[in-house]
Amino acid sequence: MTLFEAILLTVITASTPLLIAAIGELVVERSGVLNLGVEGMMIMGAAVGIAAAITTGSSAFGVLAAVLAGMAMAALFALLTLGLATNQVAAGLALAIFGLGLSGVVGAPFVGVQREGIGQVAIPYLSDIPFLGPVLFAQDPFVYAAFALVAGVSWFLFRTRAGLVLRACGENHASAHALGHHVLRVRFLAVLFGGACAGLAGAYLSLVYTPFWTSGMTAGRGWIALAIVVFASWLPWRAAVGAYLFGGATILQLHAQSAGVPLPTQLLAAMPYLITILVLVLIMRLRRGGVAGPQSLGQPFVPDR
Amino acid sequence: MRRLVLERRMETPWALTLASPLLAVGLTLVSAVLVFLAMGRDPLEALFVYFVMPVSDLWGLQEVAVKATPLVLIAVGLALCYRSNNWNIGAEGQFLMGAMAGGWLAVATHGMGAGAWVLPAMLAMGALGGALFALIPALLKTRFGANEILTSLMLVYVAELLLDWLVRGPWRDPQGFNMPQTVVFAPEATIPLLMEGGRLNLGTPIMLLVVVLVALMVARTLKGFEITLVGEAPRAARFAGFDAKRLTWTVFAIAGGLAGLAGVLEAAGTVRMLQPGLSPGYGFTAIIVAFLGRLNPVGCLVAGVFLAITFIGGENAQIMMQMPLDVTRVFQGLLLFYVLGCDTLLLYRVRWVRRAEA
Repeated sequence: MTLFEAILLTVITASTPLLIAAIGELVVERSGVLNLGVEGMMIMGAAVGIAAAITTGSSAFGVLAAVLAGMAMAALFALLTLGLATNQVAAGLALAIFGLGLSGVVGAPFVGVQREGIGQVAIPYLSDIPFLGPVLFAQDPFVYAAFALVAGVSWFLFRTRAGLVLRACGENHASAHALGHHVLRVRFLAVLFGGACAGLAGAYLSLVYTPFWTSGMTAGRGWIALAIVVFASWLPWRAAVGAYLFGGATILQLHAQSAGVPLPTQLLAAMPYLITILVLVLIMRLRRGGVAGPQSLGQPFVPDR
Repeated sequence: MRRLVLERRMETPWALTLASPLLAVGLTLVSAVLVFLAMGRDPLEALFVYFVMPVSDLWGLQEVAVKATPLVLIAVGLALCYRSNNWNIGAEGQFLMGAMAGGWLAVATHGMGAGAWVLPAMLAMGALGGALFALIPALLKTRFGANEILTSLMLVYVAELLLDWLVRGPWRDPQGFNMPQTVVFAPEATIPLLMEGGRLNLGTPIMLLVVVLVALMVARTLKGFEITLVGEAPRAARFAGFDAKRLTWTVFAIAGGLAGLAGVLEAAGTVRMLQPGLSPGYGFTAIIVAFLGRLNPVGCLVAGVFLAITFIGGENAQIMMQMPLDVTRVFQGLLLFYVLGCDTLLLYRVRWVRRAEA
């Protein structure tokens, strides 16, 4: 394997959690809900995932538990923002703070426990293709799942009737309601899907990326996933591009550190965050007057009878 | 089959505005009992350690004031932001930036026997540093339309890393055995203590003064009216000739300035040096304080004292009951959930109705 291939492989692993979480949030925002608590759902997925995996000895069970944990957190958020029509920004922040705290409590007994990460699954024949094979077809299952999610969500949003209804709820909830669609039900399902994705992304971090638990291990990835959704203009394939851009920046920064680039390591470590800011600014400049996201995004909906 | 229905209220009963945060605190305490039971601890003992012990003697009360000072200072500024729909969630970074800006002067003048001017200059620089740092997301929002929630949060990580670099590199104490910290600030660069045998310092009266000033501004000045109007009725505010962009700059500058002031007060008063982990998450907890205080300066003061108690209670519980510190954050997150949920009672009448009616 060449060095270039090796770097490409690490970029893919660094990008995958961002992509999975961003795709989930993209669906949520398309339905008109802004869930800022991705970080909290993601880290709960990471903590519960590794706790379940260590307790039961099964990685598959860990992944399942992580997804359920993400969905439980999302349900809590839905109860507040959909059931009680609270401010979504504030409820999302609460979810992030709550998740960071609760994950610390859940993960505390598992600090320092090492376990075997989930390994790669080589797809027969395809993985034998020179260069492309090892990079694209000899990955861990999450990488495949991430791309299946992008394709599936893209198809769902733009090729199915249910996807059309979901987008309608996000663009104009009053009209969707008038047409007889159950806005709150659609949004509830979208929020749950977002929670499942964030939980899955968390499981990737604690079961594959660094297969042990440390408090606060998501390190802002949930927030970066939110930025990727904006960057992607709420389009699934562009979210994949965005996630790979950020994953690439993270890896480049790590390689620069180990190669002894004469810059403070802290400056290099700050790069992903600075790049996020830069990208947010650039994308708004490019888009000037263009798409501004789903029109009902972040507004509570209370059906009047 | 019955279900919950929300009906918009015409008017909010005034008693509810007061009852809703109290109800939220009550629900948090009930949840706390459940959490303690789930962890297999005696809930009464734990409640005592968390919420009563911190306020049971003079030393404890001083500690509560010391912790409440940064929380309230930051929250009062954030309340102005949130009132006007500017979602600054990067106060943690503005706090650290203020500590660094003010701390720089303490490090630079260390051992020079500088005069009494150092401390006021440090406070001014801290406020300025925080304000300038907060103006970055404000500028990106007004000039480019970049989402201030994300930019202000990303800058928290940048500030944390900058502090880390400074105290490990250029500002490290040469006699500090390689510890990542600056020199201990000289007496002229330290906030005076108010009492012997405690940590209560001049920062607390400064905080109280700020609360009074901001409360007056909100209640009595045109600027205060503008802040509320832009948040509640942006269209009406535009017709009234208020400039929403300028207001974004103003509230970000005030919030950043107050967070920066809190930062330099913490560095020069309580910690007396710069080090990583200078803040136990004050900037984030202050968001909860702002909401629990109903985005009202005096409310923030009361809420700040309550959250300061949970901070100290959490430290006590860690030492005395080996409880993880993260339990405190669980309570703080729950508290914010309940505050938001209870606020729904203000805006809506919650009714159970039969499915058929709905």
